[in-house]
Amino acid sequence: MNPSELRYTEDHEWIGREGDVYVVGITDFAQDQLGDITFIELPAVGRAVKKHEETAAVESVKAAGDVYAPVAGTVTAVNEALEREPELVNQDPFGKGWFFKLGDVDAAQLEELMDAAAYTKFLETCGD
Amino acid sequence: MSWIPATETERRSMLDTVGAASLEDLFASIPAALRMQSWDVPPGRSEMAVSEYLGRLSVKNDVCSVNFLGGGYYDHFIPAAVDALISRSEFYTAYTPYQPECSQGTLQAIYEYQTALCRLTDLEFANASLYDGGTAVFEAATMSMRVTRREKVVVHESLNPVYRKMLETHAANLGVEIVSGENPEGAACVIVQNPSFLGTVRDFTNLAAQCHAAGALLVVSFYPVSLGMIKTPGAMGADIAVAEGQSLGQPLGFGGPYLGIMTTRKECVRKMPGRIVGQTVDAEGRRGFVLTLQAREQHIRREKAMSNICSNQALCALRALVHLSLLGKAGLQEVATACHSKAEYLKKKLGFAQIVNDGPTFNEFAVRLPKKAGEAAAKLLAKGFLAGLPLASVGAGQDNDLLIAVTEKRTREELDAFAAALEEASCN
Repeated sequence: MNPSELRYTEDHEWIGREGDVYVVGITDFAQDQLGDITFIELPAVGRAVKKHEETAAVESVKAAGDVYAPVAGTVTAVNEALEREPELVNQDPFGKGWFFKLGDVDAAQLEELMDAAAYTKFLETCGD
Repeated sequence: MSWIPATETERRSMLDTVGAASLEDLFASIPAALRMQSWDVPPGRSEMAVSEYLGRLSVKNDVCSVNFLGGGYYDHFIPAAVDALISRSEFYTAYTPYQPECSQGTLQAIYEYQTALCRLTDLEFANASLYDGGTAVFEAATMSMRVTRREKVVVHESLNPVYRKMLETHAANLGVEIVSGENPEGAACVIVQNPSFLGTVRDFTNLAAQCHAAGALLVVSFYPVSLGMIKTPGAMGADIAVAEGQSLGQPLGFGGPYLGIMTTRKECVRKMPGRIVGQTVDAEGRRGFVLTLQAREQHIRREKAMSNICSNQALCALRALVHLSLLGKAGLQEVATACHSKAEYLKKKLGFAQIVNDGPTFNEFAVRLPKKAGEAAAKLLAKGFLAGLPLASVGAGQDNDLLIAVTEKRTREELDAFAAALEEASCN
């Protein structure tokens, strides 16, 4: 259920390549833990972020948390649909529920992140 | 529930963590003279004896002097209805109950307070209140830093020096760069006060535009009563308005309790500290009130909350609401006009002194006397006048400068007598 073409962080973000840029979102596990998502704060386009920098924030009916940049880069686009429909993250976390896109990414950084198999195994250590 | 104090081992562990050799070492920064000299407390006395004793002590309080002291706190009239209404047992509790299922009255009162403050400042959102004017300035500074992701705060000369000191104290360990001036380049915000600490009224509309062009916010510290007459923070383009709410129905007291007011624009509301009450509908479609946008706060966001403020000054906020509701828009305008007119009358009577302000004033102004302001004030105290604030005492002026505030409570006779007494005290 965690798509094999993506890479994952221990904070439950995913990142995947799309042409010249990389798309970032939160995983199905993360949305399930958060419950119904009510608000998402997105970064400004053009903002340069460091690896693990707080880049977006997500609020649900029972929790709030930060979304970190899995790798360093520059924000090239944000998913404006989430401002009106934050529930897209619950419905389609790996698709329509993406958060932001990063450019200027050194592809080698992705090698430091978990692949789908490693992340699925990692989830076994993240019990409720 | 049993009360279990810290054990010797736990104390040792805590002292080791902070690097203190002993409990005595931990308190070393408190001067010996300020420490408790003895823990011998006399035996209890009867209620009648204590009542008599406290009654005698209270006579020492000066409640009769004719008050010209301002500097952020003003001697406004408070209608008796304020005390009568806020003393109702439904409101008069030790703590603010926030549970919507049992607190609709309290939540509605806070919601109406927020609505009143939004209308007063011409901004879109208010929180349920903060502690006082000074902490509200600090909270506005850190809120600006969250909105802009910048760490520089510019403080305009108009800001109350006490607020500036509070800002510096609160921010001491937060890595905030605090600079003086009004240049918004690279800053999270520029903080101004209107009327200024010395009472001068300015229009900061152009500064707001400069701030926005530089990606900074404009924070305006305002005097609530003055908005019955002068341009509002919202109309100037301010992003955050903060105030000491004492002038709205709070009695003057040494240290309060007072009221911190904060309002802001919609775009910034998720970075605002404090509780916010919102209006909603219940399962049957009836109007109801609840805390909203709680994901900003400590009980949800833990250490990343917008602020460690997680309560409000509910009873003081209620006083402000009742006071504003009693006055109404026209009443507030009348109070403001009376304050201003009486201050202008007094100004004309003080021809022997030089006005320090470089522009129009609302109800407060600074004068340079022919002699030291502190000495003149002491002489006037003996004649039944609280003459005002000697500015040198707060590092805001020269030795001869006196800050004088005039409210609607001052009569023509009092103004005439005060002008004559001040002239005599400072010219002879």
